Amino acid sequence: MSKKKEARKITFESEKEMPVAPMSLGSMLYNKTGAWRNIKPVIDLSRCIKCGICWKFCPDASIDIVDDWPQINYVYCKGCGLCAEECPQKCIAMVEEEK
Amino acid sequence: MSKERKMTITIPREEYMSPGHLACQGCGASLAMRLALKGLGQKTIVCIPACCWAVIDGPFPHSSLDIPIYHCAFETAASSASGVRAGLDMVGDTETTVLAWAGDGGTFDIGLQALSGAAERNDDIVYTCYDNEAYMNTGIQRSSATPIGAWTTTTPVKHYKKERKKDIIGIMAAHGLPYIATASVAYPEDMVKKFRKAREIRGTRFIHVFAPCPAGWKSRPEDTVKLARLAVQTGYFPLFEIENGERWTLNLKVKERKPIAEYLKLQGRFRHLKEDEITLIQQEVDARWEKILKNCGL
Ligand SMILES: Cc1ncc(C[n+]2csc(CCOP(=O)(O)OP(=O)(O)O)c2C)c(N)n1
Ligand code: SF4
Ligand code: SF4
Ligand SMILES: [Mg+2]
Repeated sequence: MSKKKEARKITFESEKEMPVAPMSLGSMLYNKTGAWRNIKPVIDLSRCIKCGICWKFCPDASIDIVDDWPQINYVYCKGCGLCAEECPQKCIAMVEEEK
Repeated sequence: MSKERKMTITIPREEYMSPGHLACQGCGASLAMRLALKGLGQKTIVCIPACCWAVIDGPFPHSSLDIPIYHCAFETAASSASGVRAGLDMVGDTETTVLAWAGDGGTFDIGLQALSGAAERNDDIVYTCYDNEAYMNTGIQRSSATPIGAWTTTTPVKHYKKERKKDIIGIMAAHGLPYIATASVAYPEDMVKKFRKAREIRGTRFIHVFAPCPAGWKSRPEDTVKLARLAVQTGYFPLFEIENGERWTLNLKVKERKPIAEYLKLQGRFRHLKEDEITLIQQEVDARWEKILKNCGL
């Protein structure tokens, strides 16, 4: 992963600071889409068979593989529920978000 | 339980699309990009015309992709990619893959002449159409990729779409391209393999990716992969390749096709259809399936 991947919003003080050609200078990681969520996936790892299916299908690249286990990245997970639907073990529960 | 067991990883672990992007929940188009780039890798530059993906990526000066993006006009995905290719050739960069990434509106409709031009010249680009079967970015208007029977805001229930989906594969096949493939977000291994294969071929490669859209199809976000899988299992969107304009290969032989009704009933855009209309759609699907089998020599 390249080093431009910082969760920082880029702003310009004046026009002079803007690049000559419009080009992306930073990632979208500043945009914490976890705030969109109404329901959240919770994995019961005791039943997980490490099939990797939840990771493979996440449209938001918000399931990481940490120490060889799937781990939801709640900062960005939008709560679509696709992982829970596709999990062959049905060990991902979609639970109401407390807000 | 399975502490010793290793995680099953069937597609590359590298991510070239980061979270924080602006797609709706359960968006098939965003999953499509994530998978396509796993196949194409870092040495890729993408041209994106007006479409959902022009928004999904994020506002200037931010981007959710880890590769350079050239935002271009709606009808110019292919011609922009041809131009970027020519520029790279001039500086001696033969390694970078130029990807054109357009929606179905940008491919089947307004971008068709630019695409046909690039294909006729056999320009060295990978052209991908992510097909969500309507103009989603502007609020679900029908395109020539919208299937027969579907509701859109310009084909309301009383006047649902009566025309069948344009045969884009037939059109591209007639150009005699070195590589044409269909791919689906429900089959990540097959999809990644096809993009990797396309990367190694020279000339115009065309990949048609099926990308369900919960917002426009009025389907549940969690059903995106299920719908894409059903599209393949019903024979509505078969997975196949065409090499050198003539060699057809069916990648997934569906032994017992599921009835199209199973696919239709999960989507609000088809809710108004009556049984006889569904029967007609089933006949359409059957006829096209038989034709593809025949082309594949099966
Ligand atoms: C020449 C031109 N006409 C119309 C538009 C408005 N417009 C922007 S995106 C879009 C629809 C794109 O549909 P599609 O290519 O299917 O992509 P999707 O939004 O479905 O991903 C339209 C009509 C435009 N940007 N340029
Ligand atoms: S899909 Fe389910 S069983 Fe498979 S890795 Fe994810 S949580 Fe574990
Ligand atoms: S409208 Fe459809 S294609 Fe566009 S971002 Fe939303 S789900 Fe994806
Ligand atoms: Mg579209």
